[in-house]
Amino acid sequence: MNMDAKIPGGPLEEKWSNYKKNAKLVNPANRKKIDVIVVGTGLAGSSIAASLGEMGYNVKSFCFQDSARRAHSVAAQGGVNAAKNYKNDGDSVYRMFVDTLKGGDFRAREANVYRMAECSLNLIDQAVAQGVPFGREYGGYLNNRSFGGVQVSRTFYARGQTGQQLLIGAYQALMRQVHKKTVQLFTRHEMLDLVVIDGKARGIIVRNLDTGEIERHAAHAVVLATGGFGKIYYLSTLAMGCNGSAIWRAHKKGALMASPSWTQIHPTSLPQSGDYQSKLTLMSESLRNDGRIWVPLRENEQREANAIPEEERDYYLERRYPAFGNLAPRDISSRAAKERIDAGFGVGALKNAVYLDFSKAIREQGVAKIKEKYGNLFDMYRKITGIDAYKEPMMISPAAHFSMGGLWVDYELMTTIPGLFALGEANFADHGANRLGANSLLQASVDGYFIAPYTMANYLSGEIHTGKIPTDHPAFDEAEKQVKEQLERFVHSKGTKTVDQYHKTLGKLLYDYCGLSRNESGLQFAIAEIRKLRNEFYENVHIPGTVDTMNAELEKAGRVADYLEIGELMCYDALTRKESCGAHFREEYQTPDGEAMRNDADFQFISAWEWRGKDNEPTLHKEPLVFENVKPIVRSYK
Amino acid sequence: MKLHLKIWRQKDKNTQGKLVDYWLEDVNPHMSFLEMLDTLNEKLVLSDEMPVEFDHDCREGICGQCGVMINGLAHGPLKNTTTCQLHLREFKDGETIVIEPFRSKAFPVKKDLKVDRAAFDRIIASGGFVSVNTGQAPEANSIPINHETAESAFDSAACIGCGACVATCKNGSAALFTSAKISHMAKLPQGKEEREHRVLNMVHQMDNEDFGHCSNTEACEVECPQSISVLNIAQMNYEYNRAKVLKK
Repeated sequence: MNMDAKIPGGPLEEKWSNYKKNAKLVNPANRKKIDVIVVGTGLAGSSIAASLGEMGYNVKSFCFQDSARRAHSVAAQGGVNAAKNYKNDGDSVYRMFVDTLKGGDFRAREANVYRMAECSLNLIDQAVAQGVPFGREYGGYLNNRSFGGVQVSRTFYARGQTGQQLLIGAYQALMRQVHKKTVQLFTRHEMLDLVVIDGKARGIIVRNLDTGEIERHAAHAVVLATGGFGKIYYLSTLAMGCNGSAIWRAHKKGALMASPSWTQIHPTSLPQSGDYQSKLTLMSESLRNDGRIWVPLRENEQREANAIPEEERDYYLERRYPAFGNLAPRDISSRAAKERIDAGFGVGALKNAVYLDFSKAIREQGVAKIKEKYGNLFDMYRKITGIDAYKEPMMISPAAHFSMGGLWVDYELMTTIPGLFALGEANFADHGANRLGANSLLQASVDGYFIAPYTMANYLSGEIHTGKIPTDHPAFDEAEKQVKEQLERFVHSKGTKTVDQYHKTLGKLLYDYCGLSRNESGLQFAIAEIRKLRNEFYENVHIPGTVDTMNAELEKAGRVADYLEIGELMCYDALTRKESCGAHFREEYQTPDGEAMRNDADFQFISAWEWRGKDNEPTLHKEPLVFENVKPIVRSYK
Repeated sequence: MKLHLKIWRQKDKNTQGKLVDYWLEDVNPHMSFLEMLDTLNEKLVLSDEMPVEFDHDCREGICGQCGVMINGLAHGPLKNTTTCQLHLREFKDGETIVIEPFRSKAFPVKKDLKVDRAAFDRIIASGGFVSVNTGQAPEANSIPINHETAESAFDSAACIGCGACVATCKNGSAALFTSAKISHMAKLPQGKEEREHRVLNMVHQMDNEDFGHCSNTEACEVECPQSISVLNIAQMNYEYNRAKVLKK
């Protein structure tokens, strides 16, 4: 298995420049001869499709939503990081690199992380030029806020809708290319398989979700920018349609999956209120800038929040992590909340939440200022819960949020299948074992705008003499046949349970045994249960209707079938990583005061998994992590 | 609580649809409106009937994919709220709720409650952007934009493209949607270079779709989940006349 990360030579600061200096190019006349498929229209997908279109490549862009503007990047609230140092508070590319590497608990590649920080500068410029209305100071210059896990203010924001505004910028750039006919856009199309010819990614099989039609599309390279698979937990902050199917089907065609068990559980989501619930709404982490997190000091407290006096409140983050307080990184904040909730100090009807309190900030800054900063979040909170957070504390709880893991990619963002690239959350590259807040919009954007345009040209320069890829190749026949067989099998399955019922059962299993904390026997139990559940699913799921029409249950069935395999791999990944790092907390490996215990001697590597067939254990490959610039230290936010 | 639902069922775009009655016993008032539809669909699936197709995705009010007419109101009774953010506590026990798609000539029904809003994408493609390629941007702070201008541009840019404005308008006009983008861009220095071409192209595209004209009833603003102001329409008209006078 070729797992060369292809890190360029030279000092850290010069690696990306060196790469760009030496990368091969495709001249403008030849770009017309090259076809590229981009799956997904979030920040990473829209930005790479638009950028390639601008350069003159023939691009086909696919999304399952009814418009490219609806991809889930739209939901990121708080902001996007960039090391502009506009606040003169000591920020730099190097500082951002160190923060990100440390935030990820030293489980990411130095060169990738440094490049992301470096490209962050251009991203803000690009977004402003597109008309993204970032928050500004009265003098007209860009404003920043601070975010979890760092001590500088480097987060750019557009009220609580930064993801929406960045995505609209990218979507508009994409639609401009659609108008110019450099990009063909296929909305309501879902990728169901990757086509590999002579070892190279050469196309995809998609289903038109409106008509049920199966289509073949060929290209010289395929980009998967299909986001994360946190929806595997069923209850999550993700959109209902988010799924892992594109990357999983590519995985089964030979692309390795890296660290799939590293799932970020976000600390500030709304708590679950009942069994009918379909998603957990995220309240932006930016709220922690002014909100203070606490639980009652007394177990099983019955009084209303406002009736509990100051001295009977436990501001546990400020207590345990005085240096970072309420801005401790997400993994640490979520685990600390779980610790208090499990110990019986949770609040709310189901005792599954903690308070996020703005009374001090409102006293100090006034209601108007808080409203300007977070007005839409407070409104959203009121709509969902019926509670006015200007008057009483919010109730929040941890929820599955972001997949740090994903397809293994090298420095060029190419997977182990030549010609198959993975961008944004779909890859594993930059966040290590825990992503810092406001780095996801950043990573998705820089992958698409500034990195892949160079690395893909380097690959595509070898394709200028290839000619059109035919869609009548036997590899297309075979892939299409398998896709059709699976769909037919589903619609003939008339059992007693719905797809969602299986999804919920799987989600609960993973949340309990492969969620905020994990242990060996729990993971082994979960693997056995998932296998049973998967067999039952194929015997007993009920799918109505036919394959040749719009059929939402059929769409979900394919995604859940994949989740039932991804879930098992997540458990293997968590089981074999006998250390605690970032979001991965193995109960067996903790300090006496409950902090994560990393094991650099044995586990300073990226786990990359190879598919060995449905009934076989996957094979683990290791990419060692080398730290030449920063010495891994024990991550302390105390 | 108990609910009596009358839901628009339509097999596909070429088949005549009709309202079908459903009864739900024992739903929780804390459920969201879409979770109530999930509950109904689960029952339908298990009795081997086709579930009700409806658009939805993020379920936190920002993707703009959801949207149905609820008792004749776009996104239902709560002001400035998407369908996904509506909860059953807004309804009475035993209430009859009529659920229909966002009807408009420009939004053909695809199936049940799902409509085709691709016309919106075509309007944006016709000019709703700044023509800046990746890599061309100058340093972000080189052009100051005062706080109020940035905030005002944001107010226009906040549109989620759900189409409630069109569904609500008796004329089926897309003026609020189109004008929000035109204003967003016209307010910012980055958008000023193409100001005239943009408004002419976008209005032209809007007219070429099956949208009706704006007759200033302001119903759109009332139902808009993002409270996009009708003043954007005034700005669009101003921009249009200005561009015509300048004969660009």
